[in-house]
Amino acid sequence: MNDLMNRRDLLKLAGMGAAVFVSGTTLRAVGSQQKLNSSFYFVQLSDTHWGFNGPNINPDSQGTLKKAVAAVNALDEQPDFIVFTGDLTQTTDDRKIRRDRLAEFRDIVSQLKVKSVRFMPGEHDASLDRGEAYQEFFGDLHYTFDHKGVHFIVLDNVSDPMAAVGEKQLQWLQADLEQLSNDARVVVLTHRPLFDLAPDWDWATRDGAAVIEALLQHQNVTVLYGHIHQEHHHTTGHITHHSAKSLMWALPEPGSVPKKAQIPWNAAEPYKGLGFRNVEAVVPQARYEIKEFPILKG
Amino acid sequence: MKQLIIFLLAATVGYLHQQSVVSVTARETRNNEQVVRIAASTFEFVPSEIKVRKGVPVILELSSQDRHHGFKLSAFELRVDIKPGVVEKVRFVPDKIGKFTFICDVFCGEGHEEMSGTITVIE
Repeated sequence: MNDLMNRRDLLKLAGMGAAVFVSGTTLRAVGSQQKLNSSFYFVQLSDTHWGFNGPNINPDSQGTLKKAVAAVNALDEQPDFIVFTGDLTQTTDDRKIRRDRLAEFRDIVSQLKVKSVRFMPGEHDASLDRGEAYQEFFGDLHYTFDHKGVHFIVLDNVSDPMAAVGEKQLQWLQADLEQLSNDARVVVLTHRPLFDLAPDWDWATRDGAAVIEALLQHQNVTVLYGHIHQEHHHTTGHITHHSAKSLMWALPEPGSVPKKAQIPWNAAEPYKGLGFRNVEAVVPQARYEIKEFPILKG
Repeated sequence: MKQLIIFLLAATVGYLHQQSVVSVTARETRNNEQVVRIAASTFEFVPSEIKVRKGVPVILELSSQDRHHGFKLSAFELRVDIKPGVVEKVRFVPDKIGKFTFICDVFCGEGHEEMSGTITVIE
């Protein structure tokens, strides 16, 4: 465990009475030709579903996101940046309410100390209007950015209501990948799983296989996503896929129950299954580590 | 006039009965096929519970009452778009026994995630 890990290890959260789960997951995403002299970490939050109202599912639907923002702000060492991997808001057929929710969400997360925040839509934000409202508030649906030797690709697999990336975006992806060396460090951020995790539960991307095929041309690719409201780890070839918890409700493990359904709130264990996570890029050792953080009462 | 009222009442009752059908067993045609009509609307399939026999070809007649929906039955590698005004016919032969979920796989609105049903294949 490196110095960065040691500095951050539980210190601030322990002071808050918080617990930290270390998943033990190691992500490999480092190429040999990059500048390897820096490490960093970022925070991933997902599936905040602002606007959801269901007392049996989350009686603190108005407070959970704010608690997460406060918890991130309380981290002893602030992350280099923060990503939200979709479903920022709860879907609605009403165009005005959709915009109201996006605006309220934006106001809440503006309280984050770290001002480098990356967004992407989930189907709840973007599928009913093909991302029109989302783009008014948060800009492009897909894009790239680079940070300390890692190339991040934000993929949109939700603004098409049929859960596809689409040929146009796929060509854009292939053109972007062609600019990279084979051992470039690539992290893909998206909402839905790119592989067929549970098609009967709509946990898939229709043309995800084509995306994975394109990504497989590179040696060091990691995918971080949301959508399934739980931690999950999977490998396709040499690509690893890691989903994040939600900040509104938890869902059962894929295929564990006949019908997908939100897990009811348990007063004895409030916020169980909810949380956010740190992704620590230990660049010199070509290693990434995930630490899961729960949401705590109070 | 009285007869007309009785006819309209009977028609209404019949319509409501048809709309409220949740579970149905496929009817078989002379061609030894099982035909099932499924109507999609926000946010349900009617019927949503279907029984068919193993080994007998199934014809699904899918229609939408309002907007663009999808029908995905991954256990038999079936999927089709369902758009208003068009009846989509899908044929398959159930070759395994069990209860299989089908879903709407086109995000169609607030209740989309509840839009699913099951096909039970029996001997």
